[in-house]
Amino acid sequence: MTIRRRDLLALAGLLGAGSVLGPTGAVRAGMTTPPYRGPMKLDGAPKKTSVLVLGAGLAGLTAAYELRNAGYQVQLLEYNNRIGGRSWTLRGGDVYTELGGEKQICEFAPGVYMNPGPWRISHTHKAILDYCKRFGVALEPFVQLNYAGYVHSRNVLGGKPQRYAHVAADFQGYLAEMMTAALSKGGLDQPLAPEHLALLKPMLASWGGLDGSGRYVTGASSSRLRGPESISFEDASITYSQLLKFADVLQLGEDAAMWRGANHPGLASFQTTLFQPVGGMDMIPKAFASRLPGVIRTNARVLSMTQDESRVTVTYEDVSRPGSSLQASANWCICTIPLSILGQLELRIGAPMKAAIDAISYSSETKIGLQFRRRFWEEDEGIFGGFSITDLPIRQIFYPSGGLNTPGPGLLYGAVLHRGPPTYEFTGMTPAERVRRAVEYGAQIHPQYHKEFQNGMAVAWHRNPYTMGCNAQWTPDLIRKHHANARAIDGRFVLAGEGVSGHGWQDGAIMSALEVVERLHRRIVAAVR
Amino acid sequence: MSRAAWVAAIAALAAQIAGAEEAPADPVLAHPSKFIARNGGDLYRAICQGCHMADAKGARGAAAYPALASNPNLQSPLYPAVIVVNGLKAMPAFGDVLDDEQIAAVVNYVRGNFGNRYTDTVSAAEVNAVRPATDGEQSR
Repeated sequence: MTIRRRDLLALAGLLGAGSVLGPTGAVRAGMTTPPYRGPMKLDGAPKKTSVLVLGAGLAGLTAAYELRNAGYQVQLLEYNNRIGGRSWTLRGGDVYTELGGEKQICEFAPGVYMNPGPWRISHTHKAILDYCKRFGVALEPFVQLNYAGYVHSRNVLGGKPQRYAHVAADFQGYLAEMMTAALSKGGLDQPLAPEHLALLKPMLASWGGLDGSGRYVTGASSSRLRGPESISFEDASITYSQLLKFADVLQLGEDAAMWRGANHPGLASFQTTLFQPVGGMDMIPKAFASRLPGVIRTNARVLSMTQDESRVTVTYEDVSRPGSSLQASANWCICTIPLSILGQLELRIGAPMKAAIDAISYSSETKIGLQFRRRFWEEDEGIFGGFSITDLPIRQIFYPSGGLNTPGPGLLYGAVLHRGPPTYEFTGMTPAERVRRAVEYGAQIHPQYHKEFQNGMAVAWHRNPYTMGCNAQWTPDLIRKHHANARAIDGRFVLAGEGVSGHGWQDGAIMSALEVVERLHRRIVAAVR
Repeated sequence: MSRAAWVAAIAALAAQIAGAEEAPADPVLAHPSKFIARNGGDLYRAICQGCHMADAKGARGAAAYPALASNPNLQSPLYPAVIVVNGLKAMPAFGDVLDDEQIAAVVNYVRGNFGNRYTDTVSAAEVNAVRPATDGEQSR
């Protein structure tokens, strides 16, 4: 086996790299929101001042909730026939019609659900965690990393899925061995002081499962990390497990991009602890909505917005009466409609905000939920939550974190696709075709699919009528040119939500709403004085 | 090695050779990180029809995906080429994930189908010329 040095460096260098401008990439690139400072308290709202909020996703719900608490008159318009926006849960009996007219009727069993949009909350997301606490939304851990999950490439080891525990341990072990050997030969560019070298060697040995002579070989040390092959019931003798070849580990890293994928557990955004609401993500928007009686109007498709010195007026269609034209008017307007939609609406706004809206594209993402008769991944393979990662076009299989160790039926996510060709290709298929393909590919990792599959739902976000894309794709260049203009109050109209938040998490939508509510309130109060 | 093992090994080798030489029958989902289709129709199915739909008639929700069918904006082949390279409003750019020939192929396909009957075509070189200068100042 030969391993070129640059292969190794490339792989090692990728361990901590956030090379994809994912949800937190934009934050790193300079779009920051102020830290969460606890429950909002706004004093001095002038009487009879009204605010119209557009969009009942988490940003719009947050804005409406806080403005109402502060004493403003609030109304909220939502195009969809439900609240929550992308914070959404599909359950048995739900009907979802995507753009193009394909209708999916969800056949999930009672208790089985799928979150087609956001599905995890980081422990760093203080605002959304605080709302969940205050509103009594029960959370449970979302399992991200699972050592029992698989790393799979069709080109490696005959396409046999390998346990993450083995791949990760062997990667560490071989690296530690090479590093130890290099240290012994004085092969480092920047030599360590002898006392630090003395500290590093035992650390490497422990981290990498090396034996007494600094080797990563089959034996007690390596099996401490990756697990033994077997332990005899009769005499307690241990058979140590065979290591993967380093070349195979590297090839798995290349094909299944396990060290590079946005879901790598080492990336800060996905580090333990992550959470999910018990029973579905929409528990959060529902908790907001129950505190906003009489405020929200659904089935309201915004068509245009005009404004003058004292008011903002929005024209909308009641979609239950096609062709209808209604108006809503208020002193101020907070708009959380995705930029993908706003770019096509008639808005009386200045050129800078218009240019900002028009500059932002929306990503393609696809999630496919598959229901099976039984939780074979738990029963047969000991995988409780977390993910498997593969070079197949489905890229990832995520196992549910809720209802662990219960009898079936159960749902896993048979494809979780962020950007890249497969999400576009799946989007172009009918929902039935997406599900069929996800089952066909997934069966290469879990042959049980063939026997146990029952039904599925496939949500491709570019086909979602309400957002027409997944999330806003800011780049450092676009941030520099347009972000301040996207956030500025234009007359009596201001944008809030994921589209201008700087990160694609639900917490970003909430933080954006809080920041805008506070800024608008200060402006209103200052004008009265 | 037993006879059965030999037979299995030879069969596996033959399958491997066949697999290496045979282009995938269906280029859609053939590669996890690259659009490998070269043919305009295949590229349309892999990328465009997600939003513009299989019949190229677009769709309307909160906003609309424009129809490419019978679309007079396609009169100049450079216009769709520029949009595919750079994106437009919410539509993502594809200049970084498709090469010049692929972009030319898909533009020519759309302009020759779905009720569009343009007979002139765009070349890969012409597509290359509409790409933004790569000085790190890509404007959008």
